[in-house]
Amino acid sequence: MTPLAEIRGLHVDFPGNNGWQPAVRGVSLTLGREKLGLVGESGSGKSVTGRALMRLLPPTARIRAEALRVAGTDLLTARPEAMRRLRGARIGLILQDPKFSLNPVMPAGEQIAEAWRAHHRGSRREAREAALDLLAQVLIRDPTRVFGAYPHELSGGMGQRVMIAMMLAPGPDLLIADEPTSALDATVQAEILRLLDRLVSDRGMGLVLISHDLPLVSRFCDRIMVMYGGRVMEELRAADLHAARHPYTRGLLNCLPRLDAAQPRLPVLARDPAWLEGQ
Amino acid sequence: MSAPFSREWLLSDAPESRRQAAWGQRYQAWLAFRRNGLAMAGLAVVLLLLAMALLAPWLATHDPGAQDLNARLARPSAAHWLGTDELGRDLWSRLVFGSRITLGMVVSVVLLVAPLGLIVGCAAGYAGGTVDRLLMRVTDVFLAFPRLVLALAFVAALKPGVESAVIAIALTAWPPYARLARAETLSVRNADFIAAVRLTGASAARTVLRHVAPVAVPSLVVRVTLDMSSFILTAAGLGFLGLGAQPPLPEWGTMIATSRRFILEQWWVPLVPGIAIFLASLAFNLLGDGLRDVLDPKQR
Amino acid sequence: MIEVRDLDVRFGKVHAVRGVSLTVAEGESFGLVGESGSGKSTVLRALAGLVAGWTGSMSVGGRPLGHRRDAVFHRTVQMVFQDPYGSLHPRQTVDRILSEPLIVHRIGDADQRIARALEEVALPRSVRFRFPHQLSGGQRQRVAVARALIAGPSVLLLDEPTSALDATVQAEVLNLLADLRAARHLTCILVSHNLAVVAHLCTRLAVMQHGQIVEKLDEATLRAGHATHPHTQELIRLSRDLDGTG
Repeated sequence: MTPLAEIRGLHVDFPGNNGWQPAVRGVSLTLGREKLGLVGESGSGKSVTGRALMRLLPPTARIRAEALRVAGTDLLTARPEAMRRLRGARIGLILQDPKFSLNPVMPAGEQIAEAWRAHHRGSRREAREAALDLLAQVLIRDPTRVFGAYPHELSGGMGQRVMIAMMLAPGPDLLIADEPTSALDATVQAEILRLLDRLVSDRGMGLVLISHDLPLVSRFCDRIMVMYGGRVMEELRAADLHAARHPYTRGLLNCLPRLDAAQPRLPVLARDPAWLEGQ
Repeated sequence: MSAPFSREWLLSDAPESRRQAAWGQRYQAWLAFRRNGLAMAGLAVVLLLLAMALLAPWLATHDPGAQDLNARLARPSAAHWLGTDELGRDLWSRLVFGSRITLGMVVSVVLLVAPLGLIVGCAAGYAGGTVDRLLMRVTDVFLAFPRLVLALAFVAALKPGVESAVIAIALTAWPPYARLARAETLSVRNADFIAAVRLTGASAARTVLRHVAPVAVPSLVVRVTLDMSSFILTAAGLGFLGLGAQPPLPEWGTMIATSRRFILEQWWVPLVPGIAIFLASLAFNLLGDGLRDVLDPKQR
Repeated sequence: MIEVRDLDVRFGKVHAVRGVSLTVAEGESFGLVGESGSGKSTVLRALAGLVAGWTGSMSVGGRPLGHRRDAVFHRTVQMVFQDPYGSLHPRQTVDRILSEPLIVHRIGDADQRIARALEEVALPRSVRFRFPHQLSGGQRQRVAVARALIAGPSVLLLDEPTSALDATVQAEVLNLLADLRAARHLTCILVSHNLAVVAHLCTRLAVMQHGQIVEKLDEATLRAGHATHPHTQELIRLSRDLDGTG
């Protein structure tokens, strides 16, 4: 089976004050219909890698890769119309804060219906039916009320559900979720992740979950790639996280305060410049 | 350590003292400003105009008030570089001396308007509640009148002259500045960095003047430079109605106003002060735009 | 050291804090845990004097607090905010930010004190004349801690001080806070949504929900999981779930 997405030797640079500033330096990954976690600190290049999969990088960015393919389309040569069809129809993107990614002056349901109509042929009525159905799928108890609600009338968790419903509307094969639950409370976070998990498994989609939260990602994904300084430090199965070997991964795990046992001091990560070299 | 005021000293990554840091910041601001070609052009013109105003007695070729009715409305020539007006006065000399009055008026208006608007706006925005409502209603009252009509009323109440014109223009021009400063203040008053300042125990006056107002300054600077030409024109309007600079005085606006009936036949007579006003406003404008970018450290 | 009794805060129609009472002994660290909208930050802000329109009674060091705070209060109580990007003035250098409390409290010797304050929070001297946007998130939060401590307060209010930071930076800042607390014998109130962070720094804590304190417990009870209120139990369960210890 051909992979959903394939990246080989991806480099992304941004123009800086002193020439090009590398953001991603030689990342390769192959994604099937699975849940992949991209984990790292801010500036590790995880979000840039995720966005490169949708070619949603600022026009000033310089992108080089040996291969960059999603759902059979070569992103390096695809024309803008092809990219537009790919985005939305085949790939969906869920961002951190639904407050900023939803249109504030349009009812939530209309936005989902519009997303549906953009990729299906159907009447307004069918679109409305589809939107209500999607709202029910993201486990919103009262879809009719939420359909007519404006984004500011929704709680953070509810807004994120609407966002997910909107991204599912065209029936994509691949979902990219960039810190989808970082703005949410722990109780809501768990619900949203469970929901995403179920939807992805039921529909047989691929998911790239981008997060700074290593324990969270390992709970939820099949496979984890740990990034640092634009490079992949370690790639492992989520179940083997406790057996991680790379000192950076270990450092990320150890520096978290724990609830089960008191530690007088938290171990601090010592960064080795050698991590950024070679490979 | 490198010698004070050397390039290395100014651009040091880790300044040794506050003095070095302050000069380093100024130098970096200057470097950033210098990269902006238009702003540099604006600065050059403004400096030239200032030099013209300062050196007027030496630059002028004639007495700006001396009439020569035999040579009225003369074309530009070797004797009268820019020609003469309807009373035979040398236009170049009037332009040079006029720069003193016109630039002086504009600068005075700016010095009155910007701080007044800034303080009223920041105080209203920061205090909120009744103070805000009161100050803003006063502002609205001033905004509701056409500027020239209000200025006329003020001058009529005072006595006609340059000083009265300045005060009248200033009194009618500050409300938009107060509105702008208030909007900027509202955007930061609930920010954590202002809360942190309040937590240090700083007085409200200190918080507003030292921490809130500086945030509003850049947009005010730009607004001021955009308004400069309209200040000149309002001054001209007042002059034309006999309420601003009084006729023999060579004020640019008054010069246009008195010579506008020659615009078809002796077009250079109103054109000369017109170009001067245009150049001055454009230069201030470009300068202001450059200043705004430099005033924001994030832009550098 | 700190006493809050029957604190009520309303913002218009919203009743954000309902009858909160708590006491914190001198040198103790007290945690306030809850989800967003539980009123935990509002309690802290009311204590700091940043919220108008509260009722109830509060005192610090035996001195009752009014709606206006005096200079003594501001020298005693300082706060570190959640967002290190929003809590430092964007147009002021670190030097200027740190000198502000010294000027307001008329403390001399600014040059030396600022140098020492930067050293105390382990910042290099080179950051002194930088602007906040030139610093990393962790460095900014260290500047915020330095500003809070420079006038020598005895009470430190911490509002989610590490939730905007990366995990590795969080560890560094938590270690720093623990060291400073011990060295200066500070009384702290820490507001956080993260139980593990609270357990790490605090000996006692209160769990808030819908503006009310639903349970008070100590660190040992928390770590052992012997909470009685269902909301506390759920928070513990979720936290452990992610710890990988559930």
